[in-house]
Amino acid sequence: MLLINDNALQGKRPVLLSDNGVPTQVATAGTGEIGDHPAMQGSGHGVDLQIQGVGKRYGGTAALDDVDLHIASGELVALLGPSGSGKTTLLRVIAGLLPADAGRVLFGDTDATQLSLRERNVGFVFQQYALFRHMTVAENIAFGLRSRPRRSRPDKATIRRRVDELLALIQLPDLGDRYPEQLSGGQKQRVALARALAIDPTVLLLDEPFGALDAKVRVELRRWLRRLHDQTGQTTVFVTHDQEEALELADRVVVLRNGRIEQAGTPRQIYDEPASPYVFDFIGRASVIDGEATGGRFLVNGQDASFEAAGVADGPARLYLRPHDAAIGAPGDGLDARVAAVHRHADRITVELELAGQPRPLEVDLVAAPGVQAPAAGDAVGVRPLRHRIYPA
Amino acid sequence: MADTQSAHGLQTPAWLRLTLIGGAVLVMALLVVLPLLMVLISAFGKGFATWWAALVTPDAISALKLTLLTAAIVIPVNAVFGVFAAWSLTRFEFPGKRALLALVDLPFAVSPVVAGLCLVLLFGSQGWFADILRAHDIKILFARPGIVLATLFITFPFVVRELVPLMQQQGSEEEVVARSLGANAWTMFFRVTLPNIKWGLLYGVLLCGARAMGEFGAVSVVSGHIRGLTNTLPLHIEILYNEFDSTAAFAVSSLLAGLALVTLLLKFWLEARHADGLAKSHRRH
Repeated sequence: MLLINDNALQGKRPVLLSDNGVPTQVATAGTGEIGDHPAMQGSGHGVDLQIQGVGKRYGGTAALDDVDLHIASGELVALLGPSGSGKTTLLRVIAGLLPADAGRVLFGDTDATQLSLRERNVGFVFQQYALFRHMTVAENIAFGLRSRPRRSRPDKATIRRRVDELLALIQLPDLGDRYPEQLSGGQKQRVALARALAIDPTVLLLDEPFGALDAKVRVELRRWLRRLHDQTGQTTVFVTHDQEEALELADRVVVLRNGRIEQAGTPRQIYDEPASPYVFDFIGRASVIDGEATGGRFLVNGQDASFEAAGVADGPARLYLRPHDAAIGAPGDGLDARVAAVHRHADRITVELELAGQPRPLEVDLVAAPGVQAPAAGDAVGVRPLRHRIYPA
Repeated sequence: MADTQSAHGLQTPAWLRLTLIGGAVLVMALLVVLPLLMVLISAFGKGFATWWAALVTPDAISALKLTLLTAAIVIPVNAVFGVFAAWSLTRFEFPGKRALLALVDLPFAVSPVVAGLCLVLLFGSQGWFADILRAHDIKILFARPGIVLATLFITFPFVVRELVPLMQQQGSEEEVVARSLGANAWTMFFRVTLPNIKWGLLYGVLLCGARAMGEFGAVSVVSGHIRGLTNTLPLHIEILYNEFDSTAAFAVSSLLAGLALVTLLLKFWLEARHADGLAKSHRRH
């Protein structure tokens, strides 16, 4: 395995070291070698991405509505949301595949809003890989470099070296002469990534990159992509509807809804401090208790259940909690509830509780470990939320 | 005999299977194979020398030359414009696209005779362009240009109809990626698009050529039937037949029949070897 020394902070491309520590290849941007694209100099590293007030309308509906986002150089950002949330539209506007109706897109100091897809020098990876089917893997990866205008095109030997370097990076050194149809889905996606990286792009854009893969391959490739990102320091934006993928992979997650950013933050922030019920519910399972916020306290059925609700305006409110963030004890220990049903799964026991005055049952998960006693249907118990968020209803 | 299972798991009784296959073979034999066989038998009926004599008459040779010339012009023109049209129809969105797509089939829908008459209406001595043509002393009708135009119209759909579903099926993603990697339009077209559509293009060109050489109706209206000058091979065959020289007619027909067989073989080979490069394939990914 190659060890990587991260020189990204000095604005240079990371050096690849071989097993004995000797550098195998160094190519810094802007030296007239690889990476010297006329429109985008020093691309891939040291370039921030600014999205300012971007809007896009299709007929009467706004696919994107006043989106503001800043992506720092070297960040791995996930655009997360359900279908129709605008995440793919935003990605395509960044790429230059779609013109924005309003707002600007800036690559570093350059206003790229009017630049074409080709001029932006972005690396785009489709869900269906879109490898050039009649070219070998090596030819696919070399395509970007060989398409350069003659004066800025590297010579054959340099291109060959770069292709080999990338094949090694994606850990497929022996597949250079294969054709795409001979590769597995995971291999194809890695080749697609290498092809995009070959041009030293300003930003790598991935459109649901693992959507076409089996569940297991998806998880493996996700982790592999994280390691790749750590090695290369390439600014990357990817689109997904899978919250697990976004939380595991990204430095920052941007949750979109109906063309707007609902919340942007680190995976930890998104998971622990969701800004709205929508984000809470989208990121994981949610159990809800209706109540009322009064003077910074949360009351259930008029009883003060000792919940802090600081910052929530007076009025009807809802308490959201994760099913595993509650404890079930004796009646009186928390809110009074009656067990409606008990569902046993492989890794957890879901207890359905009915609380007085609540329109819907509360689901609480217990770990299905040996020695854990689950209550029986009909039991009267007390339920105590351990961690929760309170939002206005 | 045991029942057979089709791909969908339905069991077809043997007698039904035999009846259907037998019926299809019989119809094919009667309508297609038999006439072709009759042409070949009649062509060589009076011996090889007679067959050859009919082929080397000056009229026959000039008819062959005109047919080949027409094909040589029509095929490249339709190939190029077919690719342009297919590209526009599959890669662009514009109002009226659906109508244009339907219009592509017009030469198939309209009778070839009507197509020929339209050309007469446009370029004839009472036609719309009559004055301009007369002013520059250009002859369209009853001359080679008219024949080429008529054949162009008739054979236009073949390439487009083959490429449009193929290019729709392939999608534009490879081309988008090529652009994002820095390729200009020519590079993208010659290095990505063309290699992907080459078998479909070849297939369309093949069909276009076959039809170009065999076209009768439209060419008949505009040609004027001037022996040795404006007769294509099919027209020449008609003349021979009308003069009751059936042996010679069959002899020249055997040329066209031979052409049909070659076309068929090439078609078969293309489909067998390059099914994934043709629109009709249904490969699962």
